[in-house]
Amino acid sequence: MIRSHILICGGTGCTSSGSLAIKDALALELKAKGLEDEIKIVMTGCFGLCALGPIIIVYPDGTFYSRVTVSDLSEIVEEHLLKGRIVKRLVYNDTVEEVDDGTHVSLNDTVFYKKQKRVALRNCGYINPESIEEYIGMDGYMALGKVLTEMSPAQVIQVMKDSGLRGRGGGGFPTGMKWDFAVKSVSDKKYVVCNADEGDPGAFMDRSILEGDPHAVIEAMAIAGYAIGADEGYIYVRAEYPIAIKRLTIAIAQAREMGLLGEDIFSSGFNFDIQLRFGAGAFVCGEETALLTSIEGNRGEPRPRPPFPAVKGLFGQPTIINNVETYANIPQIILKGASWFASMGTEKSKGTKVFALGGKITHTGLVEIPMGTTLREIVEEIGGGVPNGKKFKAAQTGGPSGGCIPASNIDTPIDYDNLLAIGSMMGSGGLIVLDEDNCMVDIAKFFLEFTVDESCGKCTPCRIGTRRMLEILEKITNGNGTLEDLDKLEELAHHIRATSLCGLGQTSPNPILSTLRYFRDEYIAHVVEKRCPAGVCKNLVSYEVVPENCKGCTACKRACPVNAISGEVKQVHIIDKVKCIKCGVCVTKCKFNAIIRK
Amino acid sequence: MKKKLTTVVFNGTKEQELKLLKVIEKYKDIKGSTMPILQEAQEIYGYLPIEVQRIVSDETGIPLEEIYGIVSFYSQFSLNPKGKYAISVCLGTACYVKGSGEILNKISEILGIPQGGSSADGKYSIEATRCIGACGLAPVLTVNDDVYGRLTKDDVAGILSKYTI
Repeated sequence: MIRSHILICGGTGCTSSGSLAIKDALALELKAKGLEDEIKIVMTGCFGLCALGPIIIVYPDGTFYSRVTVSDLSEIVEEHLLKGRIVKRLVYNDTVEEVDDGTHVSLNDTVFYKKQKRVALRNCGYINPESIEEYIGMDGYMALGKVLTEMSPAQVIQVMKDSGLRGRGGGGFPTGMKWDFAVKSVSDKKYVVCNADEGDPGAFMDRSILEGDPHAVIEAMAIAGYAIGADEGYIYVRAEYPIAIKRLTIAIAQAREMGLLGEDIFSSGFNFDIQLRFGAGAFVCGEETALLTSIEGNRGEPRPRPPFPAVKGLFGQPTIINNVETYANIPQIILKGASWFASMGTEKSKGTKVFALGGKITHTGLVEIPMGTTLREIVEEIGGGVPNGKKFKAAQTGGPSGGCIPASNIDTPIDYDNLLAIGSMMGSGGLIVLDEDNCMVDIAKFFLEFTVDESCGKCTPCRIGTRRMLEILEKITNGNGTLEDLDKLEELAHHIRATSLCGLGQTSPNPILSTLRYFRDEYIAHVVEKRCPAGVCKNLVSYEVVPENCKGCTACKRACPVNAISGEVKQVHIIDKVKCIKCGVCVTKCKFNAIIRK
Repeated sequence: MKKKLTTVVFNGTKEQELKLLKVIEKYKDIKGSTMPILQEAQEIYGYLPIEVQRIVSDETGIPLEEIYGIVSFYSQFSLNPKGKYAISVCLGTACYVKGSGEILNKISEILGIPQGGSSADGKYSIEATRCIGACGLAPVLTVNDDVYGRLTKDDVAGILSKYTI
């Protein structure tokens, strides 16, 4: 008899912090205590709170242990599993009620989870993703069964349209409409493609879904295949995601074995199978036409649209292409109905959205919230605010195609249209929090470096234009910028946006345009005052001793790696700006706030 | 990502070549199989020098320049052999805003090799990678398959000292 389940997170975040070693050690420990028949270890997908990894949860009571190490395990087994006493020192402190010492609240009632609504992530962290039985136990493949036995393809499309689901990969195109286009393209061969080439740096929801609930994506692709009349699907997944690839491979094999992929599924006469293709590290392949070109075995360069993939896609045939998170919503929509899904969210953006919280925020990790939640709720409540008492400056969404949301817009309800209106975009859902120590010009430069590197080179505005913009930004951060450069940047940005071939080129100026819009004063400080307010751009920073505060303790002098500080004991010290390499060690050593960064 | 042609002499074995031929045979009738073939070829040889590209070209009938075009397009394909200890520092946004750029510079400084380069003895190579998806642990670096997270630049020397043999 199993009396307790121990869930260990096997996602990339937690395995990177050592959860595999914990699983092995725990298995040994249980065996040593003779508990291996009573307590079952389950490796699950991501729980979402990556910052606290490695995470283990003990059921049935739901005790949430964070930052567990191998040496903690014997105590957990001895105290909790044998004697029933929770190891308080390891319990995540938000789950411990302060008033009544020792009791703990369910994880679902913590600030981090309370505001969340898990649809796409519903199985992540609950089931063993390598077991099709556990997926089926959570109503898995029931939606496919319903579609194949009770619904016509036209009815499926209607449900998708009524649900208001929009593509979660960036553009936000209505999914039902996309499918309808593919239905109307007449051909005896069509394809269903899953875009799992999550290239937006800082976004990892698709990876977590594939690692935590791969069958949901497979099921949804089969539903899509039935709806548009396709019998073949491809999942294009980043090679950088080895765990996701492994679990997808297992899931596809299990589905085939159970007859949920292959021929005559549910005795309905419907055939569908899926192949995996691995990306090879090219950001542009996240763009749909480039992705198709890459599956075909070529350089992943985008093609002009129209024709859209729904008309002429993979190998020249009608193709629908959706991203992982979009697919993960679909089985739920079929089972619970379009109106259930449409009841969540805002007028034009229905349902929920997964965000990857990163950067200067306490709870880095994955959160899924109804559309229309404000940025303030995400950052201050769910995310636990900016750490170290620093001030929230901006949130960057949409990666290299997106922009920054400044603190003044923190109460904007987040959905596709609101983000566009304030000059950012949803993108795939990366949300990087920046604090007062981040320089906005440097952030714009960072994204431009990325775009220049990843531009495929096919069209001139993107290949050459982005490089020119980067050069101007480098000029500014080196202290050689002029006010005309700012105008030039804006002019170039508008041309690139208007004339690039694909979405990546068209959106590449966004980081510059949005920082110029909200943080123009920082650009001007760089250009006119030759000063970097955040102290990031090294060429614009200088260190000086404040004579009134200096006690002459020599701490800075001794710490300086290049001997740029001179001065006698109990005398005011001086920094030689020529020798200084601007490492900032002196500031950290001074106990009297006598050195300032300008 | 900038590509350099390697100066290291190719020393592929007959055994590796037979393995590669088997891979190409496996994908013979599959549409769009160039990428999977190259990915498996890189697994066999560790990188894709022109000699390997030529074998793929000869066997599949795809012109060599097309193969080279594909290899040089994708950053995962390497024209240079990687070091025994391949160090990758994540420069994704989440890591970057938490200082991974400084970590990368520190490693370069300690090992005396530039980003994207490898040491003369073939022991170390350094590269900047795109987001590896471990943003919760930012900033992150990997040495071969080992992942190190929540780093500061002062941790770098300690990590490197584990990889000296």
